[in-house]
Amino acid sequence: MSSVPISAFLALALILFCIGLYGALTKRNTVIVLISIELMLNAVNINLVTFSKYGVAPAITGQVFALFVITVAAAEAAVGLAILIALYRNRKTVNIDEMDQLQG
Amino acid sequence: MLTGEFIAFMALALVAIIGGVLLINLTKVIHMVVALVFTFVSIAGIFVILSAEFIAAVQILIYSGAITIIMLFGIMLTRHDDTSEPITGKWRKLFLLLGVLGFGVAVYIGIYNLDIPQAANTLHVDNTEQIGISLYSHFIIPFELTSVLLLVALIGAIVLAKKDEDDEKEAEKE
Repeated sequence: MSSVPISAFLALALILFCIGLYGALTKRNTVIVLISIELMLNAVNINLVTFSKYGVAPAITGQVFALFVITVAAAEAAVGLAILIALYRNRKTVNIDEMDQLQG
Repeated sequence: MLTGEFIAFMALALVAIIGGVLLINLTKVIHMVVALVFTFVSIAGIFVILSAEFIAAVQILIYSGAITIIMLFGIMLTRHDDTSEPITGKWRKLFLLLGVLGFGVAVYIGIYNLDIPQAANTLHVDNTEQIGISLYSHFIIPFELTSVLLLVALIGAIVLAKKDEDDEKEAEKE
């Protein structure tokens, strides 16, 4: 029925997730860390939509769940950027390794 | 075997991965965000292949529209000429790379010959209508809770990003 195997979609999602994970752990700029987290959420969405079509029991539920994930991701981006701007106003830095007020 | 679907999938996957690799390798912060737009748009194309047209439209609207613009605003409001230098310490980077690669290989072993017998589905027929019916019947409570979550996020973001009036007055006095 389909010429693209299910593992190809899952492998693409895995690669994007790994790129997002590596970016979130190595980048210094906080905006880039936030957007790497968005990339990871997006990779998970690919998995959800793939299983909603090619899973054991195909149903629309996976796509609805992907919509909820997108909503929560948008809310997270807005709040994360607000925190970033408040931090920048106080500390004049966006580098994630200089935000160490809680370090003893 | 080389059908149009396969070619479209390969092209979109290639663009998505190139966008991700550019995110890792570029030095200017704005260039990184713009590179990621390519990834988001090609993921929308992947959704179309997976017969999820509504999710594809939402993906383009929310990700390559709203989230990219909001991130660009975040960069402009902080340090727009920032060139993100990597965290110092080669060992740290190497260990992180090894850890992420290990994770990737471990998951890939689990999925590379996954074969689920394909069942017939009708997801491509009236996709948006199906999502709407499902949202307003089966998922009505989570759907309404989502509106509360968005309201909380909206008010929270405004309160966090608002300038403190008292601090400003003190700064003016000084």
